[in-house]
Amino acid sequence: MALALSDVEKIAHLARLHISTEDAEEVARRISSILELIDQMQGVDTTSVAPLAHPFDAVQRLRPDEVTESDQRDYLQKIAPATQDGLYLVPKVIE
Amino acid sequence: MSDRTVAALSRSLALGKVSSVELTRDYLDRIARHNSVYNAYITVTEELALAQAAEADARRARGEHGPLTGVPIAHKDIFCTRDVLTTCASKMLGNFVSPYDATVVERLNAAGTVTLGKTNMDEFAMGSSNETSFFGAVRNPWDTERVPGGSSGGSAAAVAADLCAIATGTDTGGSIRQPAAFCGVTGFKPSYGRISRWGMIAFASSLDQAGPICKSAEDAALMMNVIAGPDPKDSTSVDAPVPDYTATLNDSLKGLRIGVPRQHLAEGLGKEVEQALQDALKVFESLGATVKEIDLPNNHLSVSAYYVVAPAEASANLSRFDGVRYGYRCENPVNLEDMYMRSRGEGFGAEVKRRILVGTYALSAGYYDAYYLKAQRIRRLIKQDFDKAFAEVDVILGPTTPHTAFKIGEKNDDPVTMYLEDIYTIGVNLAGLPGISIPAGLSSTSGKPLPIGIQLVGSDFGEARLLNVAHQFQQHTDWHLQRPEV
Repeated sequence: MALALSDVEKIAHLARLHISTEDAEEVARRISSILELIDQMQGVDTTSVAPLAHPFDAVQRLRPDEVTESDQRDYLQKIAPATQDGLYLVPKVIE
Repeated sequence: MSDRTVAALSRSLALGKVSSVELTRDYLDRIARHNSVYNAYITVTEELALAQAAEADARRARGEHGPLTGVPIAHKDIFCTRDVLTTCASKMLGNFVSPYDATVVERLNAAGTVTLGKTNMDEFAMGSSNETSFFGAVRNPWDTERVPGGSSGGSAAAVAADLCAIATGTDTGGSIRQPAAFCGVTGFKPSYGRISRWGMIAFASSLDQAGPICKSAEDAALMMNVIAGPDPKDSTSVDAPVPDYTATLNDSLKGLRIGVPRQHLAEGLGKEVEQALQDALKVFESLGATVKEIDLPNNHLSVSAYYVVAPAEASANLSRFDGVRYGYRCENPVNLEDMYMRSRGEGFGAEVKRRILVGTYALSAGYYDAYYLKAQRIRRLIKQDFDKAFAEVDVILGPTTPHTAFKIGEKNDDPVTMYLEDIYTIGVNLAGLPGISIPAGLSSTSGKPLPIGIQLVGSDFGEARLLNVAHQFQQHTDWHLQRPEV
């Protein structure tokens, strides 16, 4: 299936991914070729086949709800682009 | 020292013929002389390596050592290493100094390995040639005009050029086995869940698995003994008993049933690779194995299903890179959405963006059933094919790749051409099975000799048998000992 430029724009917004206008055409072309490859599987009848989400059909295991980590806020925030008073800084959200 | 396998280095260290500090200095010197050619390392951790080597020597002197104590190792730059740059070969993480160690790294550190540095890779492990790295392509030590394969290309090139004794890699669709084949080394992907994924930067969580890239199956067994086993920090790691992988290496292959997939011998397989495979079958037959053809009738659908499952999971996993808590943030964002969009648009490379977009599309409203669910149904068909085969045979043998290493730039025009490179490896990930690529020949048609790899696939958690079969092959052939001129 071939994607139109408007499709690419819509998906890019869903993914919060800026795609420049110059790149959009090439992105559309290459993704269309990937979707063509993917569409090979559409011809196979799988109505009686259950989806396999995990190679061993395993389910998530749970642990007791106990605190196991100590506070490392200062250490972990050292690598953040911008922090203040122990908080992460981002552009103003509410005007 | 001519034999640089971990097994041999470990013996020399135990006998006191060499100290870990001497060995580490020698490797650091080799890296300083040759890395500019191969670009196998993104970061070299000289200071850390020498400190760990001194500690390893002290441990050996106290008698507190295992086989890996003092052995110089390189980690794929997808593994978090505490206080060391961990980039995943992306601009997005170009300044990311990890605050913690991956479980794989933690266990190897505890065993006394010496970290020489972090190896180059395809960005976020998305690629089969190492050309998508933000830090530039890696060059194949057998022919520097060719790719080393990917995504663990830096690890494979570093082992091949002996810029480390052994390396870690990760494999989502062939990323350990394919570069191992292209570089003439041994690459082992264990069963899904055998090794903890904690601290391994996630690409496709239902497929990703860590493993060794090394010079022999015996070395792979030595590393597996350290890194395999459940981890409370990874709920998908499997709580199955972990055997001593070295204990069964010398078991006889008499009566071993080898299956060769008919579909792998069909159109698309290069003549020289096919010849190497036939020669390998003769070796196995001479060791008492029997060979029969088997069917993997849905294998041709594995690439299609993979390019839904892997990008879908990647689009979810990579949503964490938003420029807020760590990693790249764009300059002067006008608002929060602009910050997300531009940080991600500027921080990710072209291939990563393509896969995020494909995955987002496949998971978007109205398309989920047609793509993601459909791919998961195909995934079950592929798994069932393997189950059926393993009712009749003990291991499956086939090619790792259709041909030998291709030239840098050769397959960049269309992503699909590159994706089809992984036709023999991807099904193994979708089914969660263990697979190993071992050297089985050298091609002579392209001027310089180029390695040929063959792949052995085992049943669920059949790692010990697989390593045994690979080791026996290496006891009766010397392809794994061939080295490029560095």
